Amino acid sequence: MSAQYKLVRFNLNGKEVEKMVDVRASLTDMLRNDFRMTSVKKGCEVGECGACNVLIDGEAFNSCIYLAIWAEGKKIQTLESLLGPGGELSDIQEAFVEETAIQCGFCTPGFIMTTVEILNAGKLYSDEELRRLLAGHLCRCTGYENIFRAVKKVMYRRLGKELPEA
Amino acid sequence: MYDMKALYEARSVGEAVALRLEHPQAKILAGGSDVLVQLREGRLAGMEFISIYGIDALRGVTIDEDENIRIGSLTSFSHITRDPIIQKYCNVLGEAVDQVGSPQIRNIGTIGGNTCNGVTSADSASTLHAWEAIIELTGKDGIRRLPIKDFYIKAGTVDIKPENGEIQTAILIPKESYENTYGHYIKYGMRNAMEIATLGCSVNVRLSEDKSIIERCRIAYGVAGPVPMRCPTSEALATGQRPSAELYEAFAKSVISDINPRNSWRSSKAFRQHIAVEMAGKCLEEAVRRAGGEA
Repeated sequence: MSAQYKLVRFNLNGKEVEKMVDVRASLTDMLRNDFRMTSVKKGCEVGECGACNVLIDGEAFNSCIYLAIWAEGKKIQTLESLLGPGGELSDIQEAFVEETAIQCGFCTPGFIMTTVEILNAGKLYSDEELRRLLAGHLCRCTGYENIFRAVKKVMYRRLGKELPEA
Repeated sequence: MYDMKALYEARSVGEAVALRLEHPQAKILAGGSDVLVQLREGRLAGMEFISIYGIDALRGVTIDEDENIRIGSLTSFSHITRDPIIQKYCNVLGEAVDQVGSPQIRNIGTIGGNTCNGVTSADSASTLHAWEAIIELTGKDGIRRLPIKDFYIKAGTVDIKPENGEIQTAILIPKESYENTYGHYIKYGMRNAMEIATLGCSVNVRLSEDKSIIERCRIAYGVAGPVPMRCPTSEALATGQRPSAELYEAFAKSVISDINPRNSWRSSKAFRQHIAVEMAGKCLEEAVRRAGGEA
């Protein structure tokens, strides 16, 4: 088609932004190409792997199957928003490091943003519930156990509860 | 970039109807978790699309003036599961759609999209059939409502008239259908997430006041035929009966005469028939238990 553009205004990581965007673009395309949010990974591009996961109004979405123009008026949060003022890692990222929940790192931003959504609920989830909540991400390195442990650890920490012995 | 010929964006139902009349060839794009994937695969490449995702008026669950549960067609699966009206009156629907794909897919996927695809395996479909949901369509001549069994015409085809500018605007569950009714859904799949049902079974019952008799029993399957289907033989068999282990077994066995599953790469016909029987018995038993009865 001949290019068809539309102005999109939204809040990206706490900042109001706007962009003329090709209506054929996915949200992944716009976040990476127009805003250099390179934590948003291009994985499967069909909503299966979760590498492109971002939070939209606090809920996790695969940005590869979300039109860029749908961002209008929304609050979008990528991994970059977790960076502290002095470059510090967030508690979630610290837990991922501690538990060796990262190998190649490609799935990590997606997993971490889902973890943000999980922890924002402020609930103590069972192991089974936690596994279900993490089920929208593929990791080909870690075998998931370390990721699961990292999320569980930070969930207990945030709730000020002691992590039960495994 | 998606390979679209053009994209039109509707912000209201009126705009969507007008766009549909203007561009009858255009495909409707709701949450996009099927349509955008098919675009990536090339199956819908080069087509025109009308995005209705921005129509916020089509989101949310309410009780309307006739006491129907009214689910806006763009309500996402995760919002249906969390909705207090659904949890109170039709919890099984929330549980069924909580088995779709993954958390991210449940945040984007809509119940309208799930039904308009006309796919037999849709996790919402068997429960909506078992609860005799009403589909509401809005077009140039106003609102048209029809029972969900008439909405599904054949695999992949539903009764929406693009020439009348129609889009699906709501799914209703009548009071007569949800009052004092309790159900259970079982999805059989090979994995626990990102899975399409090999077979889905949804059963609901209404018990007599003293909980001793099954006053009404309804059962529906997904993937037991080209479109979701009820089992009238089994329903008749259970109606008016006392819950018992023998009844559950007879009920389970009777589904075979009503269903018509096929061989596919996902499963053989024989295996689907086998699990259909197992699932029917378990679903009925759990539905009765939830209704406060016991065998």
